[in-house]
Amino acid sequence: MNTAMKNIKSIESFELFAPKLATREEYFVGGHRACQGCGEALAIRLMLKALGKDTVITNATGCMEVISSVYPTTAWNVPWIHVAFPNSASVGSGVEAGLTALRRKGKIADRRIKSVAIGGDGGTMDIGFQALSGAMERGHDMLYVCFDNEAYMNTGIQRSSGTPFLASTTTAPAGKVIPGNQVWKKNLAEIIVAHNVPYVATACQSYPIDFMNKVKKARKVKGPSYIHCFVTCPTGWRSPSETCIKLGRLALETGIFPLYEVEDGKYRLTVEVPEKRRPVQDYLKGQGRFRHLTPDQIQVIQERVDIEWETLMIKVKNSRSREELRAPRAK
Amino acid sequence: MGKRIGMEVAIASAEAAALCRFDVAAVYPITPQSHVAEHLSDIVADGRVDASFITVESEHSALSSAMGASATGARVVTATSSQGLLFMGEVMPIASAMRLPIVMIIANRAVSGPINIWNDHSDIMPMRDTGWISFFADNGQEVVDMVIQAFKVGEDRRVMLPVNVNLDGFQLTHVVEPIVMPDQEEVDRFLPPYEPFATLHPDKVVTMGALGMPEFYAEAQKAKNVAIVNSIDVVREVWKEWEKGFGRKYEPIHAYRTEDADVALVTMGSMGETAEIAVDELRREGVKAGLLKIKLWRPFPFEDLKKAVKGIRVLAVTDRACSFGGPGGPVFSEIRSALYEGAKRPKIVNFLIGLGGRDVHVEDFVAMVRKAAKGKLSEPYEFYGVRG
Repeated sequence: MNTAMKNIKSIESFELFAPKLATREEYFVGGHRACQGCGEALAIRLMLKALGKDTVITNATGCMEVISSVYPTTAWNVPWIHVAFPNSASVGSGVEAGLTALRRKGKIADRRIKSVAIGGDGGTMDIGFQALSGAMERGHDMLYVCFDNEAYMNTGIQRSSGTPFLASTTTAPAGKVIPGNQVWKKNLAEIIVAHNVPYVATACQSYPIDFMNKVKKARKVKGPSYIHCFVTCPTGWRSPSETCIKLGRLALETGIFPLYEVEDGKYRLTVEVPEKRRPVQDYLKGQGRFRHLTPDQIQVIQERVDIEWETLMIKVKNSRSREELRAPRAK
Repeated sequence: MGKRIGMEVAIASAEAAALCRFDVAAVYPITPQSHVAEHLSDIVADGRVDASFITVESEHSALSSAMGASATGARVVTATSSQGLLFMGEVMPIASAMRLPIVMIIANRAVSGPINIWNDHSDIMPMRDTGWISFFADNGQEVVDMVIQAFKVGEDRRVMLPVNVNLDGFQLTHVVEPIVMPDQEEVDRFLPPYEPFATLHPDKVVTMGALGMPEFYAEAQKAKNVAIVNSIDVVREVWKEWEKGFGRKYEPIHAYRTEDADVALVTMGSMGETAEIAVDELRREGVKAGLLKIKLWRPFPFEDLKKAVKGIRVLAVTDRACSFGGPGGPVFSEIRSALYEGAKRPKIVNFLIGLGGRDVHVEDFVAMVRKAAKGKLSEPYEFYGVRG
């Protein structure tokens, strides 16, 4: 008996409550060519349910463009444009500028259409980094979502600046002398926080309601917003397809990828992490990309995760929104 | 009729775009284009045109955001030069493949190695095969006229292609010239509002920029080529309409004193005017010299060229860029190839001139004609007046 059959009751409950949480409408439809257990395809489907129809998507080159737009087919039920690899943020900012100008001039209907640019970790954190920084800094009314599966999966699992420490990739392989990727993952969400944008959040396909709430919040923001969505890649991580959701949950429970949001400068954890975080080993052991790690190396990762976690907790405890900081002077 | 005024040509090019009532401008500054960027932003800041000016962080993003805006149905202008154009290189062929009629003002400048900010055509030449329509202007008046014409040609349903208007950096951009600025009403009559074929809007959902597998990619390339080849008819039509409305004549190849010419120079861009003076001087001395000025570089006007060279014994083709290790400059190889089939074709020689802003004087053109008259150079192509 499969899991769905065992939990038949909960599915009935889902029918009862789900309409309040997510629309039945599909804007990213099935029939695309994503791998089994692809966290990114799932996350995009959820994201569009939260965004609704008044959305224009700009897609960087990558898996999602390849699997969803093989001419003459398309998986997109919203207006969608793909131009190139490094420029999703700048094309998206042009979409926003165009829609805004045409609306102001009465050339299109007077209603708000959100420009949403998306890209993978390579297209966002590496080659599209400058375009993203520009778009965020210029204050466009747009949302950027990075779907981070921690390597250039489309081209064959090459290392990006989103690749975690010591993970084995095809350009940072676990060799006889060098045990995989030699540097710690770049924290892009923090870099975007430093751009002083009104809303920044981290998310994961394994927490769909949390993710959709964040997308809805970001959609409302009048200005730039950014969501860094951690997504499982069974092909690149060399993990079984059916562990897609489980791995996202373990990333949270170990503190490797905490889910938080930064609203107007104030940090807040959105999904609770157990008081006693699970050891990173629980997350690492299910993935082929970490198979070569020695206990000592796992210990190094554990210590670094602990430090990162504490750093985030300090921000969660002590950060104030710009509104709160403004208050005393106003008196 | 518009008034004849003195205006810096870079500023005039931005004024021409303003007369076209652009919706979005996305421009990154680079010498010698910067005055275009500055003046476009002035126009927007003063509310003279209701538009968004995107202060992009690079040329790559300038053309990328221009594409995003154009895909929503906005009329979009951008501008660049040299390294900036090369940086746009990745996006150039996608803009034409997606049939987005963006207009780009290019202040032609040498590309680096060594760095040099002055004028030649080594920036646009590598972009030759990206599927953009390319105009070359001789003077400030042509720049203004061509910017307005570019929107009309590019937006035509039979064309739907981006257009670049090339003006020589400094020689044109930074020079104050007498220009007849058309009236707004005249331009409004000539250029109707842009009616895009498809736009990014939820009321009619489209997918733009899909993946083309080998089964479709080749057809997409052919379709783009058919579009740009056929666009020459629209260019002619628009230029005829312009002549009727504004009284200034445009042709793909403008012939100057070639009726009975024995030797003819070929130029593109602002050097054409210097070459005209050289032709006059040679004629005074009894040399039957003439000049062909190419105004339309892409689509290449093959038929116009064949007609224009009739009776000419020697063509002295000048190039403002080098095709390293190739057959000579790009204009030369184009012309030689275009005339290959002709039974009575002229001898063709090639001078590479004015690289990186090197001055070319009237007497230089005179000397080139005299050299060319022999019908052959000592080398396959000559870097005219270059040491070493």
